[in-house]
Amino acid sequence: MAAQEFYTRMGDGKRVTMTKEKIMADLQAGTADAADMGTIPALTADDLERLLDIICDRNRVVAVEPGNEVVLTYDIGQLDFTGDNGNSGNGVDMGRLEAALIHERALGADTFELAHSDYSIKPVKPVISMEMQTMEEIQQEIIAPFFYGAMPNMGLYYAPDGPYGNPADLMREFKIDESMQQSELAAEHLARDIEYVGNKIMAAGADGFDFDTMASAGDADFVGGLKGVEALRKANPLAYINTGMAGESVMGIHGGIEFHGKTVAGLFPHQQVKVCEEAGANVFGAVCNTNTSKSLAWNMARAVTFVKECVKQASIPVHCDLGMGVGGIPMFETPPIDAVTRASKAMVEIAKCDGV
Amino acid sequence: MDMAHMIASGMGGIRTAGDLVARMEYAKNMKIDKAKEYVAKKLGLSTLDIADEHIMRDLREELKIGVVTGLPGAPRGIAAKMNIEKLLDIKINSCEKFRQSLKN
Repeated sequence: MAAQEFYTRMGDGKRVTMTKEKIMADLQAGTADAADMGTIPALTADDLERLLDIICDRNRVVAVEPGNEVVLTYDIGQLDFTGDNGNSGNGVDMGRLEAALIHERALGADTFELAHSDYSIKPVKPVISMEMQTMEEIQQEIIAPFFYGAMPNMGLYYAPDGPYGNPADLMREFKIDESMQQSELAAEHLARDIEYVGNKIMAAGADGFDFDTMASAGDADFVGGLKGVEALRKANPLAYINTGMAGESVMGIHGGIEFHGKTVAGLFPHQQVKVCEEAGANVFGAVCNTNTSKSLAWNMARAVTFVKECVKQASIPVHCDLGMGVGGIPMFETPPIDAVTRASKAMVEIAKCDGV
Repeated sequence: MDMAHMIASGMGGIRTAGDLVARMEYAKNMKIDKAKEYVAKKLGLSTLDIADEHIMRDLREELKIGVVTGLPGAPRGIAAKMNIEKLLDIKINSCEKFRQSLKN
């Protein structure tokens, strides 16, 4: 490596070297891309200089200044230990109580959650009594806020896995109206299931519910999730509700479906947070997806641009999603520590998010 | 991944006052600065101190709100959370359910 070059990463995690000038050019291109897509302000010259300093830091691990620490929330619960590599899990079997307490007492978790192995609302329904029993047991021992977590995952409601016609198949057959109708029916079903599962788990003493990857199946998935959140909030004023998104923009698979009179297709984080607030969420999980062909600098600048505007417009706290392939972090099963800590610091100190 | 974020930007959970700040974000929709100020005021500390293990370890034991190490006799679980309810002036769902389960 030449003296004027710095170790950094690509969006797939591969280590590369870049000059300061090239890193700055990628930062400028990344923020310009987000500003253009979201019709939001690009980062300021000061922000870009601070990002440059973070990326060019010669240390492997960087961190926020004392006093700037934030709280952490988690998705997938104990599956990070017990799951297979599909969940980036370690494949280490253990009880859910033990996993929760290890996170609390050994890993410095500010909050944690209980999860079903399929981590989706639909498969939880038949085993809800088991989940309630485990929630009651863990609440007796844990101190930190302890959620139940699941994805709305509306794809499971479509054929061949569920009772509704698959919109993608119907559209291929030019049955557009039927495709939209099936999405709407699936969204109503999802909302009912969220209300059922959510009310049961709150009755078992959960601190709240973490909705992970909202809108993963598009705009109807988002509306179904929001209606579920609304019903859960109405029945449980004490519930801590976290709504984390699947992507930086809501896919318009239905195209016209609305929540409270607003079309949700195409919403970006600073707009997504407003509908989540309306539904009754306490915290919003902002997402910006990583482009594996671009550098860490390009991805971080782009993600910070989206999240900074989201935080600015939010009335509730924003926790930036900083897992594999989101928030500027490389799309890789074991993301390099140098990239993770740089993205973490940038989101807290430049985007000003309230948590990670 | 969890550890990298905890080291880079996390408060540290019950090692410090991370769980308390998280409760204020979720219970009252407080943004991070306001949540930290609220917790710091209740603890009689600065917002810098509430993320300091050296200060919070002994204070948590004294306030009976749970500590990170195994300490026989120190409240944990529901008992610690009932003390947190009083400290932060909030209601916690698991404590409400526990109280409802007691026979009058």
